[in-house]
Amino acid sequence: MFETTPVQQPVQPPRQSLAGRAYLVRAGVSLGALVLLVGVIAMAAAKGETHIPLGTVLQTIANHLWQAGYDVDPIDAGIIWNYRISRAMVAAACGASLALSGAVLQALLRNSLADPYLLGISAGASTGAVSVAILGFGAGMVSLSLGAFVGALVAFGFVALLAIPAGRGAGAIILAGVAGSQLFNALTSFIVTKAATADEARGVMFWLLGNLSGVRWPDVYLALPVAVIGLLVCLWYSRALDAFTFGVESAASLGVPVRRVYVVLIAIAASMTAVMVSIVGAIGFVGLVIPHAARFFVGTRHGFLLPASALIGAVFLVAADIVSRIILDGQVLPIGVITALIGAPAFAIILCHGRVLR
Amino acid sequence: MSLELRNVGWNAGFKKIISGVSLRVTRGEFLGVIGPNGSGKTSMMSVLGGIRAPSTGQALLGDQPMKKIGRRNLARHIGFVEQQADTIDRITVRDAVALGRTPYLSLLTPWSGHDDAIVCEALASVEMGPFADRMWHTLSGGEKQRVHIARALAQQPDFLLLDEPTNHLDIHHQLGLLELVRALPVTVVAALHDLNHAAMFCDRIAMMDGGKLIALGTPEQILTSQNLRDVFGVAAEIEIDDQGRCHIRYHAGNQKTGPIKKDRVA
Repeated sequence: MFETTPVQQPVQPPRQSLAGRAYLVRAGVSLGALVLLVGVIAMAAAKGETHIPLGTVLQTIANHLWQAGYDVDPIDAGIIWNYRISRAMVAAACGASLALSGAVLQALLRNSLADPYLLGISAGASTGAVSVAILGFGAGMVSLSLGAFVGALVAFGFVALLAIPAGRGAGAIILAGVAGSQLFNALTSFIVTKAATADEARGVMFWLLGNLSGVRWPDVYLALPVAVIGLLVCLWYSRALDAFTFGVESAASLGVPVRRVYVVLIAIAASMTAVMVSIVGAIGFVGLVIPHAARFFVGTRHGFLLPASALIGAVFLVAADIVSRIILDGQVLPIGVITALIGAPAFAIILCHGRVLR
Repeated sequence: MSLELRNVGWNAGFKKIISGVSLRVTRGEFLGVIGPNGSGKTSMMSVLGGIRAPSTGQALLGDQPMKKIGRRNLARHIGFVEQQADTIDRITVRDAVALGRTPYLSLLTPWSGHDDAIVCEALASVEMGPFADRMWHTLSGGEKQRVHIARALAQQPDFLLLDEPTNHLDIHHQLGLLELVRALPVTVVAALHDLNHAAMFCDRIAMMDGGKLIALGTPEQILTSQNLRDVFGVAAEIEIDDQGRCHIRYHAGNQKTGPIKKDRVA
């Protein structure tokens, strides 16, 4: 009999002080981001072609929320409330949803390069949009947004159907997504090249790169609940996402119902992305990069990572929208250009300093 | 609490990987699973661990079908360490072991000091206490494997299942890990490649070939020259020492003298 005796080591006491401090730091970062979000939305309401003082912005908000009765120029009030605040709210909801979807997909598919558009959604949305705008699908009864939403769902359905016989694993989903995206991008190019006038093509391009200019309050009523519900569902599954750290089998051995988590979370990420893309177009970069930036600040536990990603994504997109409106006099740049122009160098700095991806 | 397979088969698509496996794990034992590559050890282990549902037959925990018990409850009784599991996430050793508490946590029972204590205890029992705050990617292969075992121990399992736990480790760490596992107060089922390790550490050995469990018994009953030739296709002598433990001495260059391997169940 090969006998050994267990080596008794003193059990380390839980380092609550350190853990407590880490919680405080993370809570502080989250709280800071929330304050930043409110601040940046107020900034977004003040900045633009006509500059409106921040005081007027706050008074207008107070008038609308609490009937405060401040004396504000009705034109200023109209610009602030009907155009800029609604636009900033949608930008925030959109940034939060895209970053959240990216964080969830990166965890589930165990791939640092996963982003919300991996599932073919942006490609499908653009095909849907050009089908309505250029081919005239729906005979004028269907809006560009609805066309984009239907296109996104069709493309996602195609990718899902392809992934199931291909093996259902992370690799199969990623490859099916690549195939679906290529197919729908080719369809979009085909339609634009064959049927569009120069003006139509320019309009479509502008929309495809991301465009917040048509956004009004009804869009807020759609985007905000979708973002909040998406965040809550993802948070519900945050421990399950943690369990995927060492892969699918390890998650299963930790008691996670792997298939259900896959279906629910991919469906949630796809729906959030499809709604946002149908409202504002395919804004790139946010879903891929913000989760990595958030990991740098709060670590890899999803209970912290998911809300942090959502908040940072929201702040980032509202700020990018401000820049897109003021950087060129009298002209609005597509927001997708700004997210990549600012985001790529910012991310490069984080990458080098934090070695986020190793 | 018992762990049992009754006439279990498992198919990958249309391909039969294991069939007709019946096995009852005895409480407190160290059960080794041996067999050549492709004999179905890993598949059998994952059915036994409740990770894969059997295609035919029944997998039972405490005489109840695993399907009825539910994955979360299973994870409180069975800890499973895969052949290889790595991550690119930047996590600490403590975080990795903390994952073992997943089956106990919910919105109503959040993380507590009790969980902290269990994580520390699990780390100490694999002698990794001082590594608690090290980053995962700085660990060596042997250290990572110990942390995986600590993670499984944090599940407070009755049964610890290890699929070739000593793969890629040097001989010192192979023996160290198996000694450590042997000393743990849990029932262990381990798929092992090294037959001498199986002889040294196991109370019983299950031998698999071609997707079937072909023999089950003590090391002396299973590790015979005849079995090694028939199943592994190697020539070897078995020596029994004065403590009754067997040692295998392989003969180089004699492999081809053994009979051609039997047909696999395909």
